[in-house]
Order: sequence, then C-alpha cells, then structure tokens
Amino acid sequence: MRTRRTIAPYLFVLPCVLMLAVFVYMPLIQNFFYSFQNISLLSGKSSFAGFDNYKTLFSDPVVGKALINNVKYAVISLIFQVGFGLVLAAILEEEFLRKVSAVFRTIFFIPVIISITVICLLFSFVYNPTDGLLNMFLQAVGLDSWAKPWLGSGTTAIYAVIAVSQWQSIGYCMMLFIVAIQKIPRDLYEAAKIDGAGKIKIFFSITLPQVKEMIFVNSLLTITGAFMVFNEPFILTKGGGPGTSSITIAVLMYQNGFVRDSMGYAATISLLIFAITAVLALIQTLSFRTGKGD
Amino acid sequence: MAGKLSIYRLIVLLPLLVGVVLVVYPLFWMVSSSFKSYDEIFGSVWNLPSEWLFSNYVTAWTKGIGNYFMNSVIVTVSTIAGVVIIASLCAYGLSRFRFRYSKTLFLFVLGGMMLDPQVCLVPLYKLLQNLNIHNTYFALILPYIAFRLSIAVLLIRSYFLGIPKEIEESATMDGCSVFRTYLSIFLPMSLPIIMTTIILTSYYAWNEFLFSIIFIDSDKYRTIPAGLMNFKDALSTDWGVLLAGLVISSMPLIILFIFMQKYFIQGMSDGSVKG
Repeated sequence: MRTRRTIAPYLFVLPCVLMLAVFVYMPLIQNFFYSFQNISLLSGKSSFAGFDNYKTLFSDPVVGKALINNVKYAVISLIFQVGFGLVLAAILEEEFLRKVSAVFRTIFFIPVIISITVICLLFSFVYNPTDGLLNMFLQAVGLDSWAKPWLGSGTTAIYAVIAVSQWQSIGYCMMLFIVAIQKIPRDLYEAAKIDGAGKIKIFFSITLPQVKEMIFVNSLLTITGAFMVFNEPFILTKGGGPGTSSITIAVLMYQNGFVRDSMGYAATISLLIFAITAVLALIQTLSFRTGKGD
Repeated sequence: MAGKLSIYRLIVLLPLLVGVVLVVYPLFWMVSSSFKSYDEIFGSVWNLPSEWLFSNYVTAWTKGIGNYFMNSVIVTVSTIAGVVIIASLCAYGLSRFRFRYSKTLFLFVLGGMMLDPQVCLVPLYKLLQNLNIHNTYFALILPYIAFRLSIAVLLIRSYFLGIPKEIEESATMDGCSVFRTYLSIFLPMSLPIIMTTIILTSYYAWNEFLFSIIFIDSDKYRTIPAGLMNFKDALSTDWGVLLAGLVISSMPLIILFIFMQKYFIQGMSDGSVKG
C-alpha cells in the first residue's frame, strides 16, 4: 500500500465516481423532485404539483393491478426458477449423468443468452391463436379444447407472459445452483451413502442445507427481477394487454412517461419501484457479500 | 451411458428429456422456419424446409438487420472499452492505496448496484436531451457504462486485492510510476477477471432493451433489440425474413458463450447479477 502520495488515488477513482454521479445518482435524486411536478415533454412545460402525483399513485386502480401481476410474477418465478432450478441442478450433478450433464447444462442455459426481444418475438409465434406452435401442438395431440388465444385473453395473458420468463430464466438459476453444488465437499455425500441414505434423503439433508445461501441469493434476484419486469409484457402483450390485464409496474411507468406524456407521474411510479427494489437489495447486501466469500 | 436403467433413473430422465424438448424445440423451429417461405412456415409447421431459402438471411441483413447489427457492435464495443478502462482504474485506486475517503468512495461505487436503470429513466431521458446527446450512440453508451461500473469495480477490485504486494513493491523499486504499475503489471495480470467483465458487459449491452427503445429515435442509430421491433412492423408478414433476423441477432452471444463458457459462468456466479 502506498500512503505518501495523496492525489493519485483520487485521480484513479475520479472517472468512475463522475460517471456514477452524473448518470446514476443524479437522476435518482432528480426523480424525487420530478415526482412533485407536472412535466410534459411535448409542450416543454412543467409546474409544481404538490402531492398530486402521490395521490394519483395511491388511488390509481391500475397500480394495484400491476403490483398484483408483479407479485404473481414473483411467486411463479420462485417456484419455477428457484425451486425447479435447484432440482434441475441437483439432477444434473448426479453421478450417472456426469458424462452428459455438460450438454444438458448448455441446452438449458442457451435461452439465458438470447436477447429477451428475440425470445418474445419468437413466442409471439408460439402463442399465435390460429397458426401458433402451441395451439397446433394441442390440436395435433387431440386437446383441441385447450387451444385458446393465450395472449389475447385477459385471463391467460399474464400467465402466458410469465411462462416465457420461466422458459428463459430457469437456466440462469440452474447454473448458479450447479456452481454452488460443485462446492459441496464430496465426502459429505460419501458419508451419507455409507449410512445408506436414499437419493431424496441426501438431497434434503445435504444438498439443500449446503446451498441455502445460494437459494437466498437466487430468491432475492428472482423477486427483484419480478418487480422490474418490463420487456416481456411490453413486447408480448403490446404493453400489458388486453386492457391492463398483463400490465406490470414498469410498463405502467413507461406508458405514463412516454405515451401519455406525464413524466412527473412516471417519476413517482419509478420511486415506488425504487423503494421496492432498494429494500430487496439492502436485504441482500446486509446478509451476504453478493455471492462472494462463501 | 452404460449401466442399469433403474426406475429412479427413468423417473429422473423422463422429465429431463421433456425439459430439453421444451427448450430446444422453439429454438429449432426458429432456425428451421427462418429458411422457409411464408406458406411453408404455417403450411408445414412440423417439417424441415422443402427448399432452404438462404435468401431470407440476405434479405434480413440488407433490409435493416445489418444496420442494427453494426450499431449494436459499435455500442457494445464502446461500452466494453469504457467499463474496462474506468472500472479497472477505479479498482486500482481503491485496492492499492490507503486514503482518507477510500471506504466512502467504495460504498458510493457499490451503491450503484442497488439501483436499477429503470428507476432513473425519466431524469436520464431529460439529461440526455439537455446534453444534446439524445438520439446518438452516446445516449446508449454513457448510461450503459455507468450502470455496469459498480459490478465491474467490485469484481476487478477483489482480483487486484489478491495480487501480492511484493510484485508492486519491486516494480516501484525498478522506478515504475504508479500509472505504469497499473498499466504494465496489474492489467496484464488480471486478464481472467477482465475477460469476465468483458463478457458480462457485452451480454448486457447487446441485449439491453428499455434504454434502446427510449433514448434512440432514428433508425440510423437503433441497436438490435429496438431495431427488431421496427423490423417486425416493417416486414408485416414476411415471417421467414423476420425469423432469419432473430437468428442473426442471437448468434454473436451464442458463439461467445460456446467459446467462453468458463468466463460466462464465472462472471454470473461471482456477480450474481441478472441481466
């Protein structure tokens, strides 16, 4: 460690601090001020609004609807990405799959790498009511009555959208779990086998407790992701349709800011998103050092 | 796979194979249909193309994807360069010096990780307009860099901390300046973590969607994620060409992943950051 030079370290740190200050922290603070204003980009006018935006936020029924959709997103993602992701990882780390598990791993991980735009456009083909893969498959196996306009019906749209996210992201959680499982000392498994423990017993008594930190990290990441989800409803259901049945809080923010031109209200909504995600991030930071140090 | 196929293995393998089909089939369909004509995409859904229309790819490239692709390359490469340079400088300053505000500054940098880009969307949009860089490459590059710095600094700093002090001391004895030590000792020694940073950054910059649809208005500067939306509208029903566009858009990262799998996984587990 050098201690004598005093200005050098500041010079090294300066560009980074500047970038963060200008493009991350300053907008965050401005958001706060914007939330007390009426701002129109088209007319370029802005005026003081007091707590109007906040009143709108708490009385807007769509906000509640969006938040419920975000909660649905979070719950289903926890089950599929964290739950099934862990089971998938445990299976792929099984002895008898050792030789082929790399292939499986790559296959399940490929959707993670593909841009969500590509995936959403692809799934708009899959969900197409008349010519879509899903309905054609259902008809081919004789389940004609199950075929429906998945994205066009208010009851199924949000679940169809959520399904696409599970399809894409399960591989991500799986990969993190595989990394965690590989760190478990092998002799724990050997000892359990000698004791005659069955596969399921081993999973619950060794694998599960040994990866509980990763379960926590994955859960928080998944919940955070669920409260920020934007791309899937924006592309698949053209901004949360039909009506507002598949809207999420981020889509609502976008629509208010960039479609309805009420930037002040959009800023207020983004403060709500900030509040939710900041709490989650704080929990993560306070509990663990982000996946490191385990 | 030699060995007995016990009931347990069957119970495990069956859902696994179903899962593989669920993941692979839509992708397979995308690739095979991208070589088909419109009639065949919906007329013979389950079959391979009767005639492989490579022309779909040429059309996709010349009708817009080529332009978006080059924009994405420009934006991604610039973002990577910015992140690697700025983050490694900062990591060096934070890890090799003991100075008064080092802890505070480190927390300041880390705090950026807690903030999601969409939280800053409205003010950022106005800021870019005020800076007169809205609808230019910089409208994407600068925010992309800023939002990737925190994680990059965290990764590089912890790597720098692992480099033995003796190496640095001997460099100083040889008369290396502080900056020289950073440039010719620390950077080359940290190649693995720099690779990880490059891959995480390119993954983000290539796929980012929200900023790219809002901060860019003209087709000239659109990157792939936003461009694809326009491409789709412009094509109306030319599905084969659209699907070819989707395949082209996904290729760079898939190729990168296949060759750099180790760094991909390393980066994602070290950072545990989604998207």
